[in-house]
Amino acid sequence: MPTTVDLNELMALPDATGHFGPYGGRFASETLMGALDELAALYEKMWRDPEFQAEFDRDLAHYVGRPSPLYHAERLSRELGGAQIYLKREDLNHTGAHKVNNTIGQALLAKFMGKPRVIAETGAGQHGVASATVAARLGLECVVYMGAEDVRRQALNVYRMKLLGATVVPVQSGTRTLKDALNEAMRDWVTNVDNTFYIIGTVAGPHPYPKMVRDFQCVIGREARQQCLAQTGKLPDALVACVGGGSNAIGLFHPFIGDADVRMVGVEAGGYGLETGQHAAPLCKGRPGVLHGNRTYLMEDDAGQIIGTHSVSAGLDYPGVGPEHAWLKDTGRAEYVAINDDEALDAFRRLTRVEGIMPALESAHAIAHAIKMAPQMSPDQVLLVNLSGRGDKDIHTVADIDGITV
Amino acid sequence: MSRIQSCFEKLKVSGRKALIPYVTAGDPVQEVTVDLMHALADSGADIIELGVPFSDPMADGPVIQLACERALRAGTRLLDVLAMVAEFRQRNTDTPVVLMGYLNPVEAIGYRTFMEKAREAGVDGVLTVDLPPEEADEFCAALRDNGLDAIFLLAPTTSDARMKQICERGSGYVYYVSVKGVTGSAALNVDEVESRVTAIRSMTNLPVGVGFGIKDRASAAAVSRVSDGVIVGSVLVNKIAELADHPERIAPEVAAIVADLRAGMDDA
Repeated sequence: MPTTVDLNELMALPDATGHFGPYGGRFASETLMGALDELAALYEKMWRDPEFQAEFDRDLAHYVGRPSPLYHAERLSRELGGAQIYLKREDLNHTGAHKVNNTIGQALLAKFMGKPRVIAETGAGQHGVASATVAARLGLECVVYMGAEDVRRQALNVYRMKLLGATVVPVQSGTRTLKDALNEAMRDWVTNVDNTFYIIGTVAGPHPYPKMVRDFQCVIGREARQQCLAQTGKLPDALVACVGGGSNAIGLFHPFIGDADVRMVGVEAGGYGLETGQHAAPLCKGRPGVLHGNRTYLMEDDAGQIIGTHSVSAGLDYPGVGPEHAWLKDTGRAEYVAINDDEALDAFRRLTRVEGIMPALESAHAIAHAIKMAPQMSPDQVLLVNLSGRGDKDIHTVADIDGITV
Repeated sequence: MSRIQSCFEKLKVSGRKALIPYVTAGDPVQEVTVDLMHALADSGADIIELGVPFSDPMADGPVIQLACERALRAGTRLLDVLAMVAEFRQRNTDTPVVLMGYLNPVEAIGYRTFMEKAREAGVDGVLTVDLPPEEADEFCAALRDNGLDAIFLLAPTTSDARMKQICERGSGYVYYVSVKGVTGSAALNVDEVESRVTAIRSMTNLPVGVGFGIKDRASAAAVSRVSDGVIVGSVLVNKIAELADHPERIAPEVAAIVADLRAGMDDA
């Protein structure tokens, strides 16, 4: 669907109150409204402050290791016989995923506000690890909320967080996954709002989080744009990224919103298949509602209760999605598809064997869709895929599926 | 005059404060709720806050989270809650009923449709904990058109300027959240509550109800001295949880707690 909206206006969103069209906003407990106002005002000021920008850029360069490479996956491209596939290597960042771009930024804000304690929610554990990492570096107390089910399937990351000095709290309520971890983190924040900074890991939550997290992650797309121009002499024909909450995807997409010829494709978790209902694909199959502080597409029943999701990847196992994606979908600027568990697992194995790069199961969803798209495109076209994280954390999950005890 | 307004007028004349119990509708089974509401009214409740169960009750502590889970397992959805209010109204036309919950179930039905059904069922007010006034224009218009009161929360962290705005948007009463935290959390500080309630009263003529952290007869009595109403939830919901396997004992035993709180407040 071609978009009819003004792309410059689309790129300038959200408005002053955090809305992307009808989505976003600030649907939070009254106790938090003052803290959100304070955070929004401080963030707007700091983001325009050259000193803050310089410190952020310095940390990204020397601590995270940016810029991350843009890698031409020649062997995979040749096998598929279509578009040239380029991988944005966020897996090579310190801590192994794109999540750290955001935690570096939010930790700088926490430091500036003088908050001695940070909290975070995590699904796959990557955001928890990235939060525990920056907390260790700044000497902040760190508490990470993680669904009990995710604690089980991401044991390696749980231990990493503990080594980093964080307290990991398994959340037993609800579906015991990412959404419940987010609920519990909000409850902590409402109780300890005076001394605590809540580092949200994705482009969701009440304003200013969707904007702030996006701005911190946009380094992905800005670099990719320059690197693609430098390496291929043109912009990519299409971008592909996986979408759970959607922070790696928005970080890649946003700097390209104004480039009307660049297709943007977000890949949701199709789980056992969209037709089974057992998936985590609110943009493909959900409808608009309000959860976790923003209006967006949700997986819910007819009565507005949030329903359980399923994905082989804990990081995509979430019933909502960032509000900017909801608006990119409605305006037609981006398109959203789903990849099933087994397709993602195939892509995990294929990229590992063909390119020697083991992707996170989340990122494997994007790879799987690129494998479908590339043969439909011509060899002079460029398909740029965000490889948002590395797959080490998923080795146990894949081994389990193979019936092997590691 | 709305049922809530006339309730507070009558209390004022008799020199009493409102006792406002909260229970989650359909907890642990749908059959108990209407009888429980009658028992609450008969034992001294002036207004009933009826919780609408939600899958993700972010503002609630473990006691009410578990109540939501029990009620949802029992199949309780927003339309079922409205049916309970309609049944309650067959025998009670005096006691105001305020629905308290989260926005998404209302979004799913649609504001206008929900408000019309709520009015027909005999609901008096709606309190949506994740809907701040900034996002509530359309919601409040639909409430107003159906003669329903918009109950808003005020928190210890709410600035004076914001308090004024919220009081202007609200009707019926305002709900002062006495502690930073979730429902059922730490005990409140009565002196702090008193100074905040005084500040709120300087901005609005609406009655001020106080909730969160009221656990027993003594705290209910203390809060009633400095406010217009005492809201009690987790302590009642805890009792319901204890009796989940004996639903027939829920109405009388929860009513006994309410009667005790009532006595404490009336002696205060």
